[in-house]
Amino acid sequence: MGGTTMIELLAPALLAGLAVALVAGPMGAFVVWRRMAFFGDTMANSALLGAALALALQVNLYLAVIATCLVVAVALVGLQRQRQIADDTLLGIVAHITLALGIIALSLQDSVQVDLFAYLFGDLLAVDWRDVVVLWAGAAVILALLAWRWRALLSITVNEDLARVEGVAVPATRLLLMLLLALLITGAIRTVGVLLITSLLVMPAAGARRLARTPEQMAGFASLIGLVSVMLGLTLSWHADTPVGPSIVVAAAVLFGLTLLRRPTS
Amino acid sequence: MTQALVTVEDAALTLGGQAVLENVSLTLEPGRITTLIGPNGAGKSTLARLVLGLASPDRGRVIRRPGLTLGYMPQHLRVDESLPLTVDRFLWLAAPGHTRARRDALQRTGVAHLRRRAVRQLSGGEMQRVLLARALLRKPDLLVLDEPAQGVDVAGQDALYGLLGQVRDETGCGILLISHDLHLVMARTDEVVCLHHHVCCSGTPEAVSRDPAYQRLFGTHGMANLALYTHHHDHDHDLSGDVHGGEHHHGAHDHGASHDGGHHHD
Repeated sequence: MGGTTMIELLAPALLAGLAVALVAGPMGAFVVWRRMAFFGDTMANSALLGAALALALQVNLYLAVIATCLVVAVALVGLQRQRQIADDTLLGIVAHITLALGIIALSLQDSVQVDLFAYLFGDLLAVDWRDVVVLWAGAAVILALLAWRWRALLSITVNEDLARVEGVAVPATRLLLMLLLALLITGAIRTVGVLLITSLLVMPAAGARRLARTPEQMAGFASLIGLVSVMLGLTLSWHADTPVGPSIVVAAAVLFGLTLLRRPTS
Repeated sequence: MTQALVTVEDAALTLGGQAVLENVSLTLEPGRITTLIGPNGAGKSTLARLVLGLASPDRGRVIRRPGLTLGYMPQHLRVDESLPLTVDRFLWLAAPGHTRARRDALQRTGVAHLRRRAVRQLSGGEMQRVLLARALLRKPDLLVLDEPAQGVDVAGQDALYGLLGQVRDETGCGILLISHDLHLVMARTDEVVCLHHHVCCSGTPEAVSRDPAYQRLFGTHGMANLALYTHHHDHDHDLSGDVHGGEHHHGAHDHGASHDGGHHHD
């Protein structure tokens, strides 16, 4: 099979994957800095519930997923105020409640044959050009908002007290970060799936940490690692006929492993 | 008569069932250095947080002059290992703008050579100076410093208080200091407020050191004893007689509230 055919067939998948990986760079950096990996997992699982609701209520998939992610995120922030249950315990509970509910809700859809596997692990090869446009539009929105509020976002990440004294609207900035994460997860549900998105957030950022001296460098390197992972993963999938989402994650893991060989910069 | 920068009126605050502050009033004016003293857990950091707007009183009120710019130097600040951040970027968070301004601020606090260093590599004393540079960078109307002399040797402390006096003279800003190091502070402060959940006494350093309330709290030898008290806890029983019950609880709240790490500063 010629290279042209491969590119033609994979073009939508490649472009969709690249859009997600590009945004996952800086967003993953925040997830790592703020230790939100488990939080991201919980939101991703609630995305599955959102997808089930979209099918049941016959509404737009993306809107239903964003709405569900945001409701769960805001509820979590509210629940974290109480001191009875530790944060990670709470996340562990909510993550799996939403996952279980999502799977049950999907299994109840008898009208359509729902491919649960595609939601859990992504089905990049099934995306069409319309998805590509939506994903790149979403990516542009997320990157624009990140750039616009970059200093505030970074400032609350370093120290919330100092940020507040210096006039940063801390709760609003925190909410923005969650909104952006919800948007990204929504985009990821069609590409790498809800179970794998956290790895695409965390691994490139963790790898980039060893190469970067500034937060911006780390975000940039994370995007780069993500982009290369998508390309390698798709290539692997094409040649070895492996599932795409997991192939991308394996590629990201290999790249992360390579960064470990380098002595960390401070 | 100049307008007060911040006025605290009859403020009361209860944290975790403990009355940390009771009927506390405080007025901070431009061009004056006010020092808060008191035993560990007396509510000093909490009062500073009220002044900064990081906490709200349960009763009473805190009035800030409209348009007030605050500079805050927290007791301690730890940057997460996962976040690569140079001193220069750290200062940029407080005030984007010319590199020149950041270099000048660092020059001022005697750490210009650290500008390109990673924040995580700084020693305690270096971090204090960088934090002070960040606070000064904003040209604050009111500078709030929580235990600024921590981790700084005696010569460094002398220089630090000298610098604060200089800043006050040049900019006319008000300064609120929380300190244990009374030997050095007393000579350079305009007003001393002795706090133990309520204001025990306040006034000029001379007046306060003669005040019976002060002597009850810190012993009849005044300053000398206070210095001893802060560094040798086994000598403090006669100083705190009525004070002792629940002091450790107060301590936990006081410092827990002042920064996320819950780091204690003995």
